Amino acid sequence: MMNNRKREIRLGTTYSFPMGIWLFIFFLVPLLIIILYSFMKKGLYGGVEWEFSLAAYRQMFNPNFMRVLVRTIVVSVAATFFTMLLALPCGYAMARSRNQTLLLALIIIPFWTNSLIRIYAWIAILSSEGFLNETLKFFHIISESLPLIYNQGAVVTVLIYMYIPFAILPIFTTIDKFDFQLLEAARDVGANKTRAIISVLLPNIRSGIITSFIFTFIPIFGAYTVPLLVGGKDSYMIGNIIVDQVTKTRNWPLASAFSLILTLLSTLGVMWMMVSSAKERSQSGKKNPSFRQGGNL
Amino acid sequence: MSSLDPSFLIKAPTHPVGVYKVSKNQVFKDHRRFGFSNIVLVLTILFLFTPLIVVITYSFNSSKGMMWTGFSLKWYAALLFDSEELWRAFLNSFIIAISSSAVATVLASLAAVGIKWYSFKGRQFIQTLSFLPMVLPEVIIGISMLIFFTAIKLPLGMFSIFIAHTTFNLPFVFLLVSARLDEFDFTILEAARDLGASERQTLMKVIVPSIMPGVMSGLLMSITMSLEDFVITFFVSGPGSTTLPLYVYSMIRYGVSPVINALSFVLILSIILLAFALRRFLKVIAASS
Repeated sequence: MMNNRKREIRLGTTYSFPMGIWLFIFFLVPLLIIILYSFMKKGLYGGVEWEFSLAAYRQMFNPNFMRVLVRTIVVSVAATFFTMLLALPCGYAMARSRNQTLLLALIIIPFWTNSLIRIYAWIAILSSEGFLNETLKFFHIISESLPLIYNQGAVVTVLIYMYIPFAILPIFTTIDKFDFQLLEAARDVGANKTRAIISVLLPNIRSGIITSFIFTFIPIFGAYTVPLLVGGKDSYMIGNIIVDQVTKTRNWPLASAFSLILTLLSTLGVMWMMVSSAKERSQSGKKNPSFRQGGNL
Repeated sequence: MSSLDPSFLIKAPTHPVGVYKVSKNQVFKDHRRFGFSNIVLVLTILFLFTPLIVVITYSFNSSKGMMWTGFSLKWYAALLFDSEELWRAFLNSFIIAISSSAVATVLASLAAVGIKWYSFKGRQFIQTLSFLPMVLPEVIIGISMLIFFTAIKLPLGMFSIFIAHTTFNLPFVFLLVSARLDEFDFTILEAARDLGASERQTLMKVIVPSIMPGVMSGLLMSITMSLEDFVITFFVSGPGSTTLPLYVYSMIRYGVSPVINALSFVLILSIILLAFALRRFLKVIAASS
């Protein structure tokens, strides 16, 4: 028995450590460096001077940055809200469909298409000589181009476009596991369809909704390319500030401090997601035992 | 069960999907074809495809602008014969995609086996660590790597891009292979050992063949993600290591040529083929992304 245990430890370690070490060096250590750098003095040409300083955290409260922060929150909340609003019925319709594979493919194909190509497609549609303006002009609906791009509306639209698959997929996955007989039962005891969905379906797919919220909100909150390419002068988001601080202003401690905030936000989101799904699992723990739990390891 | 187990992201298919689905979804199927949710789904799919279809259509336009002037293949000719820089960028992307996804697939598959089947010190740590890169905004990963490479004085170029891509590919392969392992009956391993197989024989003759589908879909997924990544690559690339997305970015920023429309069609077509090749895994992929 003792030998078996030793062997298990040895094998598990041999198999897992290469990836563990890789992630430790190239993922965790860079994050730790960022934390460290955020408490340092700014170097003259980028980099840092090895001297403790809270300057970066003081600079964050600059009213310009605060404006960007507020804008980032507003844009992220709006885009996430509309994304979720569309994703819930989509996930539901897909889970109830007989053509799940086809529908999944239709969601996944745009999702896998190069993100720059997708942004470019929107530029081709929205710009002043773009598809939409030219079409409207062709049918004499408008005579002057409408300002459809380089504004907040374009940013939110394209963000919804980019992240809607992220929101649909987890919702689909949880609704697909949901036992639809429960809905029938709710209706048998007199609930109408809306009522049955609100009080039976939604509470049962809570973890899926939270997962898709996190997977939409966090990347949108850290968005960089979309506000840069389809936004106007007033569309800068936190991601753009961070990049400018690294590449243009060369204030690495400030970029690190902003990054740290985003990292903490993401970590909180992940913890929320994990707690909620662990709770859900312990409530319905006996329904779906995984092999590992059922086995004797 | 610790609360830091990311395996919940994978829907463990504990039953043959088909059998369960028929009994569940066909008996209680919503027969109203034009119900609210179906309409939203159709509109969303239209929303997702319209931009792609516009770009594809205009790749066959004979003039440069968005006024339709006639059918032409000249942008495809330009893409093939007159886009040397683009093809060099594609070659760079290709080299990085193949190398980084190969390394990521080997490391992550082994780790998935180790973590799913054995318990040892540090298991929880590695599992959590493998999950975080998936949720962190790309800008953060890119910046932290740029700062790290600068700190250790590693010159930016193909090698730094390779390291970055391997890093963000690891979690996806890990999750896909873990999902495959959840379906796997590990008592086979005991049987193999009872029959006298050595550890190496068990690995090569039992474990590897049975997790192959998960490994292959992980490999294809990471090749796609590597070919598609812009944000992280943007930070860790150096002179002479322009990848295809970086090249597309410079095309968008500094003068668009309709060649990009033709390129879009080629890329979209290859994604459609990929989705078709992976059609049996789409559900698992949906659950892990």
